[in-house]
Amino acid sequence: MSLPTPYIGHLTEEDYEHVYEPAEDSFILLDALEADAIPLRAARPSLCVEIGSGSGVVSTFLMQLLGPNQSLIIATDINPLACQATQKTSHANNVTVDLVQCNLLKPLLPRVDRGVDVLVFNPPYVPTDLAEFEQTQASASLGGAWAGGSEGMGTTTTVIELLSDLLSPQGRFYLVAVEQNRPQDIVARLQRQGLRSEVK
Amino acid sequence: MVRLITHNMLTCHVRNCTKDNFPLVFSDVELVVREAPENLDFIRRFLPKLDWAALVDTARSLGDESLPGTQPEEFTDEQLRALHHVLMEMHVEEGKMTCRGCGHIYHISNGIPNMLLAEHEVGR
Ligand SMILES: C[S@@+](CC[C@H](N)C(=O)[O-])C[C@H]1O[C@@H](n2cnc3c(N)ncnc32)[C@H](O)[C@@H]1O
Ligand SMILES: [Zn+2]
Repeated sequence: MSLPTPYIGHLTEEDYEHVYEPAEDSFILLDALEADAIPLRAARPSLCVEIGSGSGVVSTFLMQLLGPNQSLIIATDINPLACQATQKTSHANNVTVDLVQCNLLKPLLPRVDRGVDVLVFNPPYVPTDLAEFEQTQASASLGGAWAGGSEGMGTTTTVIELLSDLLSPQGRFYLVAVEQNRPQDIVARLQRQGLRSEVK
Repeated sequence: MVRLITHNMLTCHVRNCTKDNFPLVFSDVELVVREAPENLDFIRRFLPKLDWAALVDTARSLGDESLPGTQPEEFTDEQLRALHHVLMEMHVEEGKMTCRGCGHIYHISNGIPNMLLAEHEVGR
């Protein structure tokens, strides 16, 4: 029943000097997706988006879970090396993930207009000062994988504000958060936007 | 790779660029066709998300004339197959995408479009 974790043996120590190496948070996200395998498949999503795909394990896993050629998955990352790593990982696992190097999902916004069926984000969630957040975002390097600004919510808040314009009526959003991000506040906020949400 | 299905979702987002910012126009492309397993049911499900006119223009700009100019009300399997080919099998590996509105050029390298903007180009 349990799906294998995507193969990532092609990524080397050197890659991980520039690209976020799958860690506990990545695997928690895979577990959350897998726990929802039945409803996810039943919803027959045709458009999935992962923001900040890093090594590509999550997008690849989601594609495997949904079944090959069942959905379009677009993965984004600000870090060009992360985009390349995601592409390699998808190929190594015989799935197709389309990459766009960009900030969050800016170039997709006008067109996806409430059309995203599954949105996934394991954001840079570590609280840092604003200067560090801005610097790591601007340099689009490994630091951008974790430096999250005030309460670690720098990128997450932006995405949450966009959610109502992004998600399709049955759309789902999977977000990784840590205690400092105040998950209960995130839930309350999503509920105010009319979105049902739960903390796993 | 930039497949036409993904290209159909991409808009220029340079600050104040709101007119003619879609679709981005390909040039200097290296086009690779890779066979992909057919799932016509997926193509059917994706139809409501497509901008048909943009797709047809783009396919024609790359030399594919297989799609009808106006979107059929009901697709035959043959038309869905043509659509599958255009959306899922045509990959732009290298080249440029230019915004007709503001002239901004987005480069594609190794099949990955770089749509990251510099601070001064970013809009809200
Ligand atoms: C915690 S890592 C997660 C990587 C991968 N999804 C995983 O779960 O292992 C966060 C990722 O988000 C990317 N990122 C940070 N800020 C971003 C932004 N503004 N837009 C797109 N991606 C961003 C980073 O480069 C990094 O790859
Ligand atoms: Zn433009």
